[in-house]
Amino acid sequence: MNTILLAFDLALFLEKLILIAVIIFASLGIALYTTFAERKVAALLQDRSGPNRVGPFGLFQPFADGLKLLMKEEIIPNTSNKFLFILGPFMAMTAALMTCAVIPWGNQVEMFGRTIQLQIADINIGVLYVFGVVSLGVYGMLIGGWASNNKFSLMAALRGASQAISYELAMGLSLIALLMLTGSLSMKTIVEQQMDSYWNILYQPLGFLIFIICVFAECNRTPFDLPEAENELNFGYHQEYSSMKLGFYLFAEYIHMFIGSAVMSTLYFGGYDVPFLDESTLSSNVAALVGIASLMAKIVFFLFLFMWVRWTIPRFRYDQLMNLGWKSLIPLALFNMLLTGALILAKSGL
Amino acid sequence: MSITEILFWFLSALALVGALMVVLSRNPVHSVLWLVATFFAISGHYILMNAQFLAIVNIIVYAGAIMVLFLFVIMLMNLNSEAEPRKSWMMQLAGVLAGGCFMMVLVSLVRQTAELGGKTALVKEGNIGLIKQLGMKLFSEYTVPFEISSVLFLSAMVGAVVIGKKD
Repeated sequence: MNTILLAFDLALFLEKLILIAVIIFASLGIALYTTFAERKVAALLQDRSGPNRVGPFGLFQPFADGLKLLMKEEIIPNTSNKFLFILGPFMAMTAALMTCAVIPWGNQVEMFGRTIQLQIADINIGVLYVFGVVSLGVYGMLIGGWASNNKFSLMAALRGASQAISYELAMGLSLIALLMLTGSLSMKTIVEQQMDSYWNILYQPLGFLIFIICVFAECNRTPFDLPEAENELNFGYHQEYSSMKLGFYLFAEYIHMFIGSAVMSTLYFGGYDVPFLDESTLSSNVAALVGIASLMAKIVFFLFLFMWVRWTIPRFRYDQLMNLGWKSLIPLALFNMLLTGALILAKSGL
Repeated sequence: MSITEILFWFLSALALVGALMVVLSRNPVHSVLWLVATFFAISGHYILMNAQFLAIVNIIVYAGAIMVLFLFVIMLMNLNSEAEPRKSWMMQLAGVLAGGCFMMVLVSLVRQTAELGGKTALVKEGNIGLIKQLGMKLFSEYTVPFEISSVLFLSAMVGAVVIGKKD
Protein backbone atom coordinates (compact mmCIF):
# COMPACT_ATOMS: atom_id res chain seq x y z
CA MET A 1 0.00 0.00 0.00
CA ASN A 2 2.67 2.36 1.08
CA THR A 3 4.91 1.59 -1.87
CA ILE A 4 2.02 2.10 -4.29
CA LEU A 5 1.31 5.49 -2.79
CA LEU A 6 4.97 6.35 -3.01
CA ALA A 7 5.18 5.26 -6.65
CA PHE A 8 2.17 7.33 -7.56
CA ASP A 9 3.63 10.28 -5.75
CA LEU A 10 6.92 9.83 -7.55
CA ALA A 11 5.35 10.06 -11.00
CA LEU A 12 3.39 13.15 -10.00
CA PHE A 13 6.50 14.56 -8.34
CA LEU A 14 8.58 14.09 -11.49
CA GLU A 15 5.83 15.56 -13.64
CA LYS A 16 5.58 18.64 -11.47
CA LEU A 17 9.36 18.96 -11.23
CA ILE A 18 9.70 18.96 -15.01
CA LEU A 19 6.84 21.42 -15.31
CA ILE A 20 8.45 23.75 -12.77
CA ALA A 21 11.81 23.55 -14.54
CA VAL A 22 10.22 24.25 -17.92
CA ILE A 23 8.19 27.19 -16.65
CA ILE A 24 11.08 28.76 -14.77
CA PHE A 25 13.44 28.40 -17.71
CA ALA A 26 10.78 29.74 -20.05
CA SER A 27 10.23 32.72 -17.74
CA LEU A 28 13.95 33.39 -17.61
CA GLY A 29 14.30 33.02 -21.36
CA ILE A 30 11.40 35.32 -22.09
CA ALA A 31 12.70 37.86 -19.57
CA LEU A 32 16.11 37.62 -21.27
CA TYR A 33 14.59 38.49 -24.62
CA THR A 34 12.42 41.16 -23.06
CA THR A 35 15.59 43.10 -22.27
CA PHE A 36 16.48 42.83 -25.94
CA ALA A 37 12.96 43.79 -27.00
CA GLU A 38 13.09 46.77 -24.65
CA ARG A 39 16.13 48.14 -26.45
CA LYS A 40 14.64 47.40 -29.86
CA VAL A 41 11.31 49.05 -28.98
CA ALA A 42 13.13 52.05 -27.53
CA ALA A 43 15.04 52.29 -30.77
CA LEU A 44 11.86 51.97 -32.79
CA LEU A 45 10.14 54.74 -30.85
CA GLN A 46 13.21 56.97 -31.07
CA ASP A 47 13.73 56.31 -34.78
CA ARG A 48 17.04 54.50 -34.61
CA SER A 49 17.97 50.89 -35.29
CA GLY A 50 18.94 49.64 -31.84
CA PRO A 51 21.38 46.79 -31.05
CA ASN A 52 22.21 44.95 -34.28
CA ARG A 53 25.85 43.90 -33.95
CA VAL A 54 25.78 40.57 -32.07
CA GLY A 55 24.41 37.81 -34.28
CA PRO A 56 21.70 38.23 -36.93
CA PHE A 57 19.59 41.34 -36.16
CA GLY A 58 21.45 41.57 -32.84
CA LEU A 59 19.60 38.50 -31.58
CA PHE A 60 22.47 37.34 -29.35
CA GLN A 61 22.71 40.70 -27.64
CA PRO A 62 21.09 39.50 -24.34
CA PHE A 63 23.73 36.78 -24.00
CA ALA A 64 26.47 39.32 -24.58
CA ASP A 65 24.87 41.53 -21.92
CA GLY A 66 24.66 38.63 -19.49
CA LEU A 67 28.25 37.65 -20.12
CA LYS A 68 29.35 41.23 -19.57
CA LEU A 69 27.56 41.38 -16.21
CA LEU A 70 28.96 38.00 -15.19
CA MET A 71 32.51 39.03 -16.01
CA LYS A 72 32.39 42.27 -14.01
CA GLU A 73 34.25 42.42 -10.76
CA GLU A 74 32.17 41.50 -7.73
CA ILE A 75 32.32 44.33 -5.20
CA ILE A 76 30.85 44.10 -1.72
CA PRO A 77 31.30 47.36 0.22
CA ASN A 78 33.01 46.60 3.52
CA THR A 79 30.67 48.86 5.47
CA SER A 80 27.64 46.91 4.38
CA ASN A 81 25.89 44.07 6.11
CA LYS A 82 27.38 41.26 4.06
CA PHE A 83 24.82 38.51 4.56
CA LEU A 84 21.82 40.74 3.89
CA PHE A 85 23.65 42.40 1.01
CA ILE A 86 23.89 39.03 -0.73
CA LEU A 87 20.40 37.94 0.36
CA GLY A 88 18.70 40.98 -1.22
CA PRO A 89 19.04 40.11 -4.93
CA PHE A 90 18.15 36.49 -4.27
CA MET A 91 14.95 37.46 -2.50
CA ALA A 92 14.05 39.81 -5.34
CA MET A 93 14.55 37.02 -7.87
CA THR A 94 12.72 34.37 -5.84
CA ALA A 95 9.70 36.58 -5.22
CA ALA A 96 9.58 37.44 -8.91
CA LEU A 97 9.58 33.78 -9.96
CA MET A 98 7.22 32.43 -7.29
CA THR A 99 4.07 33.82 -8.89
CA CYS A 100 4.31 31.57 -11.94
CA ALA A 101 3.22 28.60 -9.79
CA VAL A 102 -0.49 29.42 -9.94
CA ILE A 103 -0.85 30.73 -13.49
CA PRO A 104 -2.60 28.27 -15.82
CA TRP A 105 -0.33 28.31 -18.87
CA GLY A 106 -2.68 26.19 -20.90
CA ASN A 107 -5.23 23.45 -20.61
CA GLN A 108 -4.15 19.85 -20.16
CA VAL A 109 -1.91 17.90 -22.55
CA GLU A 110 -1.83 14.14 -22.92
CA MET A 111 1.64 12.68 -22.96
CA PHE A 112 2.95 9.15 -22.24
CA GLY A 113 -0.58 8.07 -21.31
CA ARG A 114 -0.88 10.72 -18.63
CA THR A 115 -3.00 13.85 -18.54
CA ILE A 116 -0.77 16.70 -17.52
CA GLN A 117 -2.25 19.95 -16.29
CA LEU A 118 -0.23 22.91 -17.53
CA GLN A 119 -0.38 24.59 -14.18
CA ILE A 120 1.99 23.88 -11.32
CA ALA A 121 -0.61 24.21 -8.57
CA ASP A 122 -4.33 24.81 -8.95
CA ILE A 123 -4.90 26.03 -5.41
CA ASN A 124 -8.30 27.40 -4.47
CA ILE A 125 -6.75 30.67 -3.30
CA GLY A 126 -4.77 31.38 -6.49
CA VAL A 127 -5.50 35.11 -6.66
CA LEU A 128 -4.63 35.59 -3.00
CA TYR A 129 -1.40 33.69 -3.54
CA VAL A 130 -0.42 36.13 -6.27
CA PHE A 131 -1.24 38.94 -3.91
CA GLY A 132 0.84 37.40 -1.12
CA VAL A 133 3.87 36.97 -3.34
CA VAL A 134 3.53 40.55 -4.60
CA SER A 135 3.57 41.78 -1.02
CA LEU A 136 6.79 39.83 -0.43
CA GLY A 137 8.47 41.46 -3.42
CA VAL A 138 9.18 44.49 -1.26
CA TYR A 139 11.73 42.62 0.85
CA GLY A 140 14.38 42.19 -1.83
CA MET A 141 14.39 45.91 -2.52
CA LEU A 142 14.20 46.99 1.11
CA ILE A 143 16.90 44.65 2.36
CA GLY A 144 19.24 45.35 -0.53
CA GLY A 145 18.86 49.09 -0.13
CA TRP A 146 19.42 49.00 3.61
CA ALA A 147 22.31 46.54 3.59
CA SER A 148 24.21 48.69 1.07
CA ASN A 149 24.78 51.26 3.82
CA ASN A 150 24.33 54.10 1.37
CA LYS A 151 21.84 56.87 1.94
CA PHE A 152 20.73 57.02 -1.69
CA SER A 153 20.10 53.28 -1.71
CA LEU A 154 18.15 53.50 1.53
CA MET A 155 16.05 56.41 0.32
CA ALA A 156 15.31 54.60 -2.92
CA ALA A 157 14.41 51.43 -1.04
CA LEU A 158 12.04 53.30 1.27
CA ARG A 159 10.46 55.04 -1.70
CA GLY A 160 10.04 51.77 -3.50
CA ALA A 161 8.56 50.00 -0.50
CA SER A 162 6.05 52.74 0.29
CA GLN A 163 5.08 52.89 -3.37
CA ALA A 164 4.54 49.15 -3.48
CA ILE A 165 2.46 49.14 -0.30
CA SER A 166 0.32 52.06 -1.48
CA TYR A 167 -0.49 50.52 -4.82
CA GLU A 168 -1.13 47.07 -3.37
CA LEU A 169 -4.24 48.51 -1.70
CA ALA A 170 -5.81 49.81 -4.90
CA MET A 171 -4.80 46.57 -6.62
CA GLY A 172 -6.55 44.48 -4.00
CA LEU A 173 -9.67 46.62 -4.14
CA SER A 174 -9.88 46.38 -7.93
CA LEU A 175 -9.47 42.60 -7.63
CA ILE A 176 -12.34 42.36 -5.13
CA ALA A 177 -14.74 43.70 -7.77
CA LEU A 178 -13.48 41.03 -10.17
CA LEU A 179 -13.86 38.32 -7.56
CA MET A 180 -17.46 39.40 -6.90
CA LEU A 181 -18.16 38.46 -10.52
CA THR A 182 -16.19 35.23 -10.69
CA GLY A 183 -17.05 33.93 -7.25
CA SER A 184 -13.83 31.93 -7.22
CA LEU A 185 -10.21 32.57 -6.30
CA SER A 186 -8.84 29.76 -8.44
CA MET A 187 -7.08 31.08 -11.54
CA LYS A 188 -8.07 28.00 -13.52
CA THR A 189 -11.76 28.44 -12.69
CA ILE A 190 -11.57 32.11 -13.63
CA VAL A 191 -10.15 31.21 -17.05
CA GLU A 192 -12.73 28.49 -17.60
CA GLN A 193 -15.54 30.92 -16.81
CA GLN A 194 -14.16 33.32 -19.39
CA MET A 195 -14.00 30.53 -21.98
CA ASP A 196 -17.71 29.89 -21.56
CA SER A 197 -18.83 33.52 -21.64
CA TYR A 198 -17.11 36.82 -22.40
CA TRP A 199 -13.73 38.00 -21.13
CA ASN A 200 -13.73 39.80 -17.82
CA ILE A 201 -12.45 43.00 -19.40
CA LEU A 202 -15.98 43.57 -20.76
CA TYR A 203 -17.46 43.41 -17.27
CA GLN A 204 -14.64 45.20 -15.47
CA PRO A 205 -13.14 47.92 -17.71
CA LEU A 206 -12.61 50.35 -14.83
CA GLY A 207 -11.26 47.61 -12.58
CA PHE A 208 -8.78 46.61 -15.27
CA LEU A 209 -7.61 50.20 -15.72
CA ILE A 210 -6.90 50.46 -11.99
CA PHE A 211 -5.27 47.04 -12.00
CA ILE A 212 -2.91 47.79 -14.89
CA ILE A 213 -1.82 51.09 -13.34
CA CYS A 214 -1.07 49.24 -10.11
CA VAL A 215 0.88 46.56 -11.99
CA PHE A 216 3.01 49.29 -13.55
CA ALA A 217 3.65 50.71 -10.09
CA GLU A 218 4.42 47.31 -8.57
CA CYS A 219 6.91 46.54 -11.33
CA ASN A 220 8.59 49.92 -10.73
CA ARG A 221 8.21 50.74 -14.38
CA THR A 222 8.10 54.22 -15.87
CA PRO A 223 6.12 56.41 -15.16
CA PHE A 224 6.42 55.00 -11.63
CA ASP A 225 10.15 54.16 -11.59
CA LEU A 226 10.90 56.44 -8.65
CA PRO A 227 12.99 53.88 -6.74
CA GLU A 228 15.56 54.11 -9.51
CA ALA A 229 15.10 57.73 -10.53
CA GLU A 230 18.68 58.17 -11.68
CA ASN A 231 18.75 61.96 -11.69
CA GLU A 232 17.60 62.14 -8.07
CA LEU A 233 19.08 59.03 -6.48
CA ASN A 234 22.12 58.33 -8.67
CA PHE A 235 21.01 54.82 -9.55
CA GLY A 236 18.50 53.71 -6.96
CA TYR A 237 18.44 50.93 -4.40
CA HIS A 238 20.93 48.78 -6.32
CA GLN A 239 23.58 51.46 -6.55
CA GLU A 240 26.22 49.56 -4.58
CA TYR A 241 25.65 46.33 -6.46
CA SER A 242 27.84 45.07 -9.22
CA SER A 243 28.24 42.02 -11.40
CA MET A 244 25.51 39.38 -11.38
CA LYS A 245 23.88 40.64 -8.19
CA LEU A 246 23.04 43.83 -10.06
CA GLY A 247 21.99 41.62 -12.92
CA PHE A 248 19.57 39.78 -10.63
CA TYR A 249 17.90 43.01 -9.58
CA LEU A 250 17.58 44.28 -13.13
CA PHE A 251 16.43 40.89 -14.32
CA ALA A 252 13.85 40.54 -11.56
CA GLU A 253 12.14 43.64 -12.95
CA TYR A 254 11.74 41.96 -16.34
CA ILE A 255 10.44 38.77 -14.77
CA HIS A 256 7.96 40.91 -12.82
CA MET A 257 6.81 42.43 -16.10
CA PHE A 258 6.40 39.01 -17.68
CA ILE A 259 4.48 37.54 -14.75
CA GLY A 260 2.43 40.72 -14.36
CA SER A 261 1.43 40.46 -18.03
CA ALA A 262 0.53 36.81 -17.51
CA VAL A 263 -1.66 37.66 -14.52
CA MET A 264 -3.42 40.45 -16.40
CA SER A 265 -4.04 38.18 -19.40
CA THR A 266 -5.34 35.44 -17.15
CA LEU A 267 -7.64 37.53 -15.00
CA TYR A 268 -9.04 39.95 -17.56
CA PHE A 269 -8.27 38.65 -21.05
CA GLY A 270 -9.32 35.04 -20.91
CA GLY A 271 -5.92 33.46 -20.22
CA TYR A 272 -5.35 30.66 -22.72
CA ASP A 273 -8.76 31.21 -24.30
CA VAL A 274 -8.80 31.87 -28.05
CA PRO A 275 -11.69 34.16 -29.00
CA PHE A 276 -14.31 32.83 -31.45
CA LEU A 277 -12.88 29.31 -31.33
CA ASP A 278 -14.54 26.32 -29.75
CA GLU A 279 -11.62 24.44 -28.21
CA SER A 280 -13.66 21.29 -27.66
CA THR A 281 -13.65 20.62 -31.43
CA LEU A 282 -9.87 20.25 -31.39
CA SER A 283 -7.93 17.35 -29.97
CA SER A 284 -6.62 17.93 -26.47
CA ASN A 285 -2.97 18.48 -27.35
CA VAL A 286 -3.68 20.80 -30.28
CA ALA A 287 -6.07 22.82 -28.11
CA ALA A 288 -3.40 23.12 -25.42
CA LEU A 289 -0.80 24.32 -27.93
CA VAL A 290 -3.21 26.86 -29.43
CA GLY A 291 -4.05 27.97 -25.91
CA ILE A 292 -0.42 28.47 -24.92
CA ALA A 293 0.20 30.42 -28.13
CA SER A 294 -2.83 32.58 -27.40
CA LEU A 295 -1.69 33.32 -23.84
CA MET A 296 1.82 34.12 -25.08
CA ALA A 297 0.43 36.49 -27.71
CA LYS A 298 -1.49 38.36 -25.02
CA ILE A 299 1.59 38.47 -22.79
CA VAL A 300 3.75 39.81 -25.61
CA PHE A 301 1.19 42.52 -26.26
CA PHE A 302 1.28 43.60 -22.61
CA LEU A 303 5.08 43.53 -22.60
CA PHE A 304 5.04 45.81 -25.61
CA LEU A 305 2.59 48.06 -23.78
CA PHE A 306 5.01 48.27 -20.84
CA MET A 307 7.77 49.45 -23.17
CA TRP A 308 5.53 51.71 -25.17
CA VAL A 309 4.51 53.53 -22.00
CA ARG A 310 8.08 53.65 -20.72
CA TRP A 311 9.35 55.48 -23.76
CA THR A 312 6.31 57.76 -24.04
CA ILE A 313 5.36 59.05 -20.61
CA PRO A 314 7.76 60.94 -18.30
CA ARG A 315 8.21 60.04 -14.66
CA PHE A 316 5.82 61.19 -11.94
CA ARG A 317 6.92 63.38 -9.06
CA TYR A 318 6.85 61.56 -5.75
CA ASP A 319 3.92 63.51 -4.26
CA GLN A 320 1.99 63.06 -7.51
CA LEU A 321 2.60 59.33 -7.26
CA MET A 322 1.27 59.16 -3.71
CA ASN A 323 -1.70 61.39 -4.51
CA LEU A 324 -2.60 59.25 -7.50
CA GLY A 325 -2.41 56.08 -5.43
CA TRP A 326 -4.23 57.18 -2.33
CA LYS A 327 -6.56 59.93 -3.51
CA SER A 328 -7.54 58.76 -6.99
CA LEU A 329 -7.08 55.05 -7.42
CA ILE A 330 -8.38 53.86 -4.05
CA PRO A 331 -11.63 55.91 -4.18
CA LEU A 332 -12.06 54.87 -7.80
CA ALA A 333 -11.56 51.23 -6.90
CA LEU A 334 -14.08 51.55 -4.06
CA PHE A 335 -16.56 53.15 -6.47
CA ASN A 336 -15.97 50.32 -8.92
CA MET A 337 -16.65 47.82 -6.14
CA LEU A 338 -19.89 49.57 -5.24
CA LEU A 339 -20.97 49.75 -8.87
CA THR A 340 -20.22 46.07 -9.44
CA GLY A 341 -22.15 45.11 -6.33
CA ALA A 342 -25.13 47.24 -7.36
CA LEU A 343 -25.16 45.77 -10.87
CA ILE A 344 -24.96 42.22 -9.59
CA LEU A 345 -27.82 42.96 -7.24
CA ALA A 346 -29.87 44.58 -10.00
CA LYS A 347 -29.26 41.66 -12.34
CA SER A 348 -30.30 39.07 -9.81
CA GLY A 349 -33.61 40.94 -9.54
CA LEU A 350 -33.13 42.25 -5.97
CA MET B 1 7.91 8.80 8.12
CA SER B 2 5.52 10.14 5.57
CA ILE B 3 6.14 13.38 3.75
CA THR B 4 3.56 15.10 5.93
CA GLU B 5 5.42 14.09 9.08
CA ILE B 6 8.76 15.20 7.71
CA LEU B 7 7.22 18.54 6.76
CA PHE B 8 5.64 18.86 10.19
CA TRP B 9 8.94 18.34 12.01
CA PHE B 10 10.81 20.60 9.63
CA LEU B 11 8.29 23.40 10.00
CA SER B 12 8.16 23.02 13.78
CA ALA B 13 11.93 23.21 14.00
CA LEU B 14 11.95 26.25 11.71
CA ALA B 15 9.28 27.98 13.78
CA LEU B 16 11.09 27.33 17.06
CA VAL B 17 14.54 28.27 15.79
CA GLY B 18 13.12 31.37 14.10
CA ALA B 19 11.29 32.47 17.23
CA LEU B 20 14.41 31.94 19.34
CA MET B 21 16.56 33.85 16.90
CA VAL B 22 14.11 36.79 17.01
CA VAL B 23 14.97 37.17 20.68
CA LEU B 24 18.63 36.25 20.46
CA SER B 25 19.71 38.35 17.47
CA ARG B 26 21.48 41.53 18.45
CA ASN B 27 20.67 43.23 15.16
CA PRO B 28 16.99 44.34 15.01
CA VAL B 29 16.84 43.88 11.23
CA HIS B 30 17.90 40.25 11.67
CA SER B 31 15.20 39.86 14.32
CA VAL B 32 12.55 41.09 11.91
CA LEU B 33 13.73 38.72 9.19
CA TRP B 34 13.70 35.77 11.59
CA LEU B 35 10.18 36.75 12.57
CA VAL B 36 9.22 36.65 8.89
CA ALA B 37 10.71 33.15 8.67
CA THR B 38 8.65 32.15 11.72
CA PHE B 39 5.48 33.42 10.06
CA PHE B 40 6.29 31.34 7.01
CA ALA B 41 6.72 28.25 9.17
CA ILE B 42 3.34 28.90 10.84
CA SER B 43 1.73 29.37 7.42
CA GLY B 44 3.23 26.03 6.44
CA HIS B 45 1.50 24.46 9.43
CA TYR B 46 -1.80 25.99 8.34
CA ILE B 47 -1.34 24.45 4.91
CA LEU B 48 -0.66 21.06 6.49
CA MET B 49 -3.99 21.45 8.27
CA ASN B 50 -5.64 22.29 4.94
CA ALA B 51 -6.34 25.87 6.05
CA GLN B 52 -5.07 27.53 2.89
CA PHE B 53 -6.92 30.77 3.38
CA LEU B 54 -5.50 31.32 6.84
CA ALA B 55 -2.04 30.45 5.55
CA ILE B 56 -2.07 33.01 2.77
CA VAL B 57 -3.73 35.72 4.86
CA ASN B 58 -1.08 35.17 7.52
CA ILE B 59 1.57 35.81 4.88
CA ILE B 60 -0.15 38.82 3.28
CA VAL B 61 -0.96 40.58 6.53
CA TYR B 62 1.96 39.70 8.79
CA ALA B 63 4.89 38.93 6.50
CA GLY B 64 3.81 41.26 3.73
CA ALA B 65 2.51 44.32 5.54
CA ILE B 66 3.21 44.48 9.26
CA MET B 67 6.80 43.26 9.07
CA VAL B 68 7.52 45.70 6.24
CA LEU B 69 6.36 48.49 8.54
CA PHE B 70 8.63 47.14 11.30
CA LEU B 71 11.54 47.16 8.85
CA PHE B 72 10.65 50.72 7.87
CA VAL B 73 10.77 51.94 11.44
CA ILE B 74 14.01 50.11 12.22
CA MET B 75 15.69 51.34 9.06
CA LEU B 76 14.58 54.95 9.54
CA MET B 77 15.72 55.01 13.16
CA ASN B 78 18.94 53.35 12.05
CA LEU B 79 18.92 50.81 14.86
CA ASN B 80 21.74 48.30 14.75
CA SER B 81 23.62 46.11 17.15
CA GLU B 82 25.84 48.99 18.30
CA ALA B 83 22.83 51.17 19.12
CA GLU B 84 21.38 48.42 21.32
CA PRO B 85 21.67 49.66 24.94
CA ARG B 86 23.44 47.39 27.40
CA LYS B 87 21.09 46.53 30.23
CA SER B 88 22.30 46.03 33.78
CA TRP B 89 22.29 42.50 35.26
CA MET B 90 19.34 43.43 37.48
CA MET B 91 17.24 44.26 34.43
CA GLN B 92 18.34 41.08 32.68
CA LEU B 93 17.42 38.97 35.70
CA ALA B 94 14.02 40.64 35.95
CA GLY B 95 13.44 39.97 32.26
CA VAL B 96 14.35 36.29 32.60
CA LEU B 97 12.10 35.88 35.65
CA ALA B 98 9.12 37.59 34.02
CA GLY B 99 9.54 35.66 30.79
CA GLY B 100 9.92 32.37 32.64
CA CYS B 101 6.77 32.96 34.68
CA PHE B 102 4.81 33.78 31.56
CA MET B 103 6.05 30.64 29.84
CA MET B 104 5.09 28.53 32.86
CA VAL B 105 1.57 29.98 32.82
CA LEU B 106 1.20 29.26 29.10
CA VAL B 107 2.55 25.72 29.33
CA SER B 108 0.37 24.81 32.32
CA LEU B 109 -2.63 26.34 30.57
CA VAL B 110 -2.10 24.20 27.49
CA ARG B 111 -1.49 21.09 29.60
CA GLN B 112 -4.65 21.57 31.65
CA THR B 113 -6.99 22.35 28.79
CA ALA B 114 -9.40 19.45 28.65
CA GLU B 115 -10.25 20.05 25.00
CA LEU B 116 -6.69 19.51 23.89
CA GLY B 117 -6.01 16.37 25.90
CA GLY B 118 -5.40 13.26 23.86
CA LYS B 119 -6.29 14.93 20.59
CA THR B 120 -4.23 14.92 17.43
CA ALA B 121 -4.24 17.63 14.83
CA LEU B 122 -6.23 17.04 11.67
CA VAL B 123 -3.71 16.85 8.91
CA LYS B 124 -4.58 17.16 5.21
CA GLU B 125 -8.28 16.93 5.93
CA GLY B 126 -11.02 19.01 7.42
CA ASN B 127 -12.34 21.95 5.43
CA ILE B 128 -12.94 24.56 8.09
CA GLY B 129 -9.96 26.61 6.90
CA LEU B 130 -11.06 26.73 3.27
CA ILE B 131 -12.28 30.09 2.09
CA LYS B 132 -15.82 28.93 1.26
CA GLN B 133 -16.48 27.42 4.68
CA LEU B 134 -14.91 30.38 6.41
CA GLY B 135 -17.03 32.86 4.45
CA MET B 136 -20.22 30.92 5.12
CA LYS B 137 -19.52 30.80 8.84
CA LEU B 138 -18.56 34.48 9.05
CA PHE B 139 -21.63 35.70 7.23
CA SER B 140 -24.16 33.42 8.86
CA GLU B 141 -23.25 32.35 12.37
CA TYR B 142 -20.86 35.15 13.27
CA THR B 143 -22.32 38.10 11.34
CA VAL B 144 -22.63 40.41 14.34
CA PRO B 145 -19.06 39.98 15.70
CA PHE B 146 -17.78 40.28 12.14
CA GLU B 147 -19.58 43.58 11.56
CA ILE B 148 -18.51 44.91 14.95
CA SER B 149 -14.88 44.14 14.18
CA SER B 150 -15.26 46.04 10.91
CA VAL B 151 -16.40 49.08 12.92
CA LEU B 152 -13.29 48.60 15.05
CA PHE B 153 -11.13 48.67 11.94
CA LEU B 154 -12.87 51.78 10.70
CA SER B 155 -12.23 53.60 13.97
CA ALA B 156 -8.58 52.50 13.88
CA MET B 157 -8.30 53.89 10.34
CA VAL B 158 -9.87 57.21 11.36
CA GLY B 159 -7.50 57.34 14.32
CA ALA B 160 -4.48 56.73 12.10
CA VAL B 161 -5.55 59.53 9.75
CA VAL B 162 -6.09 61.93 12.66
CA ILE B 163 -2.64 61.16 14.11
CA GLY B 164 -1.08 61.44 10.67
CA LYS B 165 -2.62 64.86 10.08
CA LYS B 166 -1.40 66.32 13.36
CA ASP B 167 1.76 68.15 12.31
